[in-house]
Amino acid sequence: MIKIAIIGFGTVGQGVAEVLMEKRDYLRQIIGDYKVVAVADSKGSLIGDFDLLNAIKIKRERGLPEGMDAMEIVENQDFDLLIETTITNIETGEPGLSYIKKALKRGKNVITSNKGPLVVAYSELIELAKENNCKLLFEATVGGAMPVIKLVNNCLAGNKILSIKGILNGTCNYILSRMEKEKMPFEQILAEAQELKIAEADPSYDVDGIDAASKLVIVANALLGIDAKFEDVEITGIREITPEAFDVAMEKGYTIRLIAEAGSNGLKVSPRLIPLQHPLALQGTLNALLIKTDLAGDVVVVGKGAGKRETASAIVSDLIQLYG
Amino acid sequence: MFTLIVELKDKPGQLIKTLEPISRLGGNVIGIVHKRDKITPLKKIPVEISIEIDENKVPELVDALKASGITVREYNEVRLVTTSSLLLVGHIVHTDISDTINRIDSTGYAEVIDLHINMPQLNEPSTALITISATGKENLRKAVELLKVICKEKKILVIEPINEEFS
Repeated sequence: MIKIAIIGFGTVGQGVAEVLMEKRDYLRQIIGDYKVVAVADSKGSLIGDFDLLNAIKIKRERGLPEGMDAMEIVENQDFDLLIETTITNIETGEPGLSYIKKALKRGKNVITSNKGPLVVAYSELIELAKENNCKLLFEATVGGAMPVIKLVNNCLAGNKILSIKGILNGTCNYILSRMEKEKMPFEQILAEAQELKIAEADPSYDVDGIDAASKLVIVANALLGIDAKFEDVEITGIREITPEAFDVAMEKGYTIRLIAEAGSNGLKVSPRLIPLQHPLALQGTLNALLIKTDLAGDVVVVGKGAGKRETASAIVSDLIQLYG
Repeated sequence: MFTLIVELKDKPGQLIKTLEPISRLGGNVIGIVHKRDKITPLKKIPVEISIEIDENKVPELVDALKASGITVREYNEVRLVTTSSLLLVGHIVHTDISDTINRIDSTGYAEVIDLHINMPQLNEPSTALITISATGKENLRKAVELLKVICKEKKILVIEPINEEFS
């Protein structure tokens, strides 16, 4: 019996819980029996014997009841796996960083969707997992449902990764591809994206390249073995791009996308000219990664970079990687 | 690519003397054309040799050929071989476009060969597609870095291409 604690019970945490229920019969065949023994968020928690679907209902209707706080659960409760889906803070990594550290120190496996802890302390966490003979998996932190970490570590095993270039922020890609089509100013398309809930009320995290840079730091550490920190990324956002820029670019057969790149020349997130027929000249909120390898040549993955079920897909794939 | 025209005596063993230093310096011969119709008054035959070679080794090659008694008639010393187009967004004209171009051109290894500007309205940011040529990949990379420095000073956004190997 795998005992699971879910810390962070927002969209992602609930999405995972739903999939764990929905696919229970199927997952049992692969990883054996499992049970969620604790769910917690910043305001409350449920522990022990409770119905998971009911927990989601309670959370939506009135919030989780006050109870043992999240840190106490991570420190003292009996579980095998921590699924950490708290909110991202790329400056401190908290609160996720403390939860993950504590769980690893106790020798518990951890799956996280939270970029913050990995951006702040990648090598420390990997080292901690090694020391305590447990695993830390984080497929959901980069590219949502798009397979990246396991694709490279499993399917491209044996390859040296020379560089990676990709679209790691769906909001920017949506805005740029709409600007390309509609020839409207950035502010107008941003307002449209906010209305569609593709962009947040404070869009700076996305449009200033911070989100893409965070994912790039994780990819550079995990796939290229570069001991990179957030400060190492040269970042240029998309606010200054004009509709006329697309006119001029398209006359020469190019479009413009926000590209995150890591390789021997360092780490960079910036708007780039992309040939219209290039695999990274994508429309809408898609994410993509072009991986340059020594044996396999170029490999491209495209997929949905965000969303409740998409993120749950990545977390469940980590679960199967751990116990399958 | 580098093209060399040498004048060889019309007797056996001349061509091999030319090829030896090319090979020794790591050059790859792409083509050889004997221009027998352009034979010189001293009865030498002009031979045009196209090679791929590290540009830094060209002076050494020319010296080696001369030392072995071969007449080097001409070689294209500075040939712009690598090109890249970048997009600039900002107040390109008002921040002295000719200064921007001059600073690239005065490097001696790179120059602006094309500039296409779109100016929507007065005081609005304009867009330019700037094409830079350089004598080699490394020099092109240096020229692009220089352009980025200049544009940073002038608060112009530089959008680099993705498909170039140097990027």
